Amino acid sequence: MNAVVLADLDKRFAAVHALDGIELTVGQGEFVSLIGPSGCGKSTLLRVVADLEQPTGGTVEVTGKSARQARLDQDYGIAFQQAGLLDWRSVVQNVELPLQVHGVGKAERRTRALELLELVGLSDFAGSRPAELSGGMQQRVAIARALAPSPKLLLMDEPFGALDEMTRERMQAELLRIAGETGAAVLFVTHSIPEAVVLSDRIVVMSPRPGRITEIVAGRRPGAVPDDPEEVEDVRETGAFFETVTAVREALRKGAAA
Amino acid sequence: MTRPTPVSERHSRSVGLNESAVRSRGGWRGTSSVLAPVGFGIAVLVVWQLVVTVGGLPSFLLPAPTAIAEQIGAQFPVLLSTGAVTGGNALVGLVLGFALGVLLAVLAAGVRVVSDLVTPVVLAAGAIPIVALAPVFTTMFGSTTEIPRRLVVMVVVVVPVYVSTARGLRQVRPVHDELMVALAATRRQYTRFVRLPGAVPFVMTGLRLAAPAAVIAAIVAEYFGGLQNGLGSRISSAAANTAYARAWAFVAASIVLGLLFFLAGLLAERLVTRTLLSRPPGGSS
Repeated sequence: MNAVVLADLDKRFAAVHALDGIELTVGQGEFVSLIGPSGCGKSTLLRVVADLEQPTGGTVEVTGKSARQARLDQDYGIAFQQAGLLDWRSVVQNVELPLQVHGVGKAERRTRALELLELVGLSDFAGSRPAELSGGMQQRVAIARALAPSPKLLLMDEPFGALDEMTRERMQAELLRIAGETGAAVLFVTHSIPEAVVLSDRIVVMSPRPGRITEIVAGRRPGAVPDDPEEVEDVRETGAFFETVTAVREALRKGAAA
Repeated sequence: MTRPTPVSERHSRSVGLNESAVRSRGGWRGTSSVLAPVGFGIAVLVVWQLVVTVGGLPSFLLPAPTAIAEQIGAQFPVLLSTGAVTGGNALVGLVLGFALGVLLAVLAAGVRVVSDLVTPVVLAAGAIPIVALAPVFTTMFGSTTEIPRRLVVMVVVVVPVYVSTARGLRQVRPVHDELMVALAATRRQYTRFVRLPGAVPFVMTGLRLAAPAAVIAAIVAEYFGGLQNGLGSRISSAAANTAYARAWAFVAASIVLGLLFFLAGLLAERLVTRTLLSRPPGGSS
């Protein structure tokens, strides 16, 4: 079953045609990035999948259900540009939040949250307050929180946008490892070309006014998930990496010219 | 397991620096911030004493500090018992008004109709001069009960608590809002997990503002008849009997009572806010 199927998707706001005729399928366990200039509708697209916006036309299917049902069933996890942690809860309590909302018992959700903190490498900070963590660590907590209900789909809206370059590259490697280990599909919004290329199986290039898909560029060899941060670093230095970066850049330019 | 520490270390180190900086400065400023007003107060008392005794000011105009001190000594048991009565009224009114203010604000935040009904009424209550209310309440409930004073205090307290709590409940960050929608949280869960805890610092600020106001309201309410067992009624009766030094002694006791409430409110705010933002219960690894 596909994680996301969008057919002839259309979204209009009062004065803006945000999305026009979007056709996109995200397969099980696939990593797909959305890239494009501001106003191309990439965030709107993600929000429609998350059922935070209602489309004005076309169909949205998330994990084989309507977007609304997928949201109610917590079939997806979501992370925003801001970590959005609750300051008055400890780190582990923040990770537990989605489970608590869905009525999972205390002991069970604590166990699960501690597992996830282990996964994102923050076991030692379970009892800390979010304010005691760096921006990168807070974002890792937010990712752990998104993963808490074991979603089949992870929606990420520029989650590393506010991080410095070094932290950002480390987080990308972490995310690839986590996505590989959990087998979740990822729909990832970014405006960084190298980020999209390093992470994605496919890179969806979009253009604004109206928001359309100009081209879909194949990223790294499908299924080849480097599980070692060193390997991710090596990817950045290969010829294939630069070729893909160039392909995405040209697609973006084509979209801007059209 | 190795701990990814660099940033957190830097963070905690900078906190440490700040703390020690505050502490060392606090040592100096702490002393001077106590000494300066105390010294100023003593100076004022000395000048006051000189003006009255050397200047020969009539005692009905201004009694000497020594005369007031003498009265404080003589009336000490009465000061305590009347202070306890007024303080008790202020406390009961404060607790009731606080509970009512928080409750109304929570209801108003959840139910639109309640908000539309309650907000203008509470704001209008803020504009009521308690001077106008006190005699009415006294007549309504009779002059042999503490109820009228407590009601006056309650009305005075409800307003800042309501306004401050309502503001806190409105201050939800958009990202938290979206998160709770994405998590398919119910309205109740949304209120319990996000809005209420986020509003707590605001609630406590309301309490801190209301605490000294409660004492003022309790004292002023006594000026308008009713039982003669509190600080306010003693001030007015002593003044009416031209026992000015005694009146001043009760004024001094009122000031002490007001300061006690002010400090208690401040302490409560600090404690709660600090507990909320430091280590939570059951959050250890």
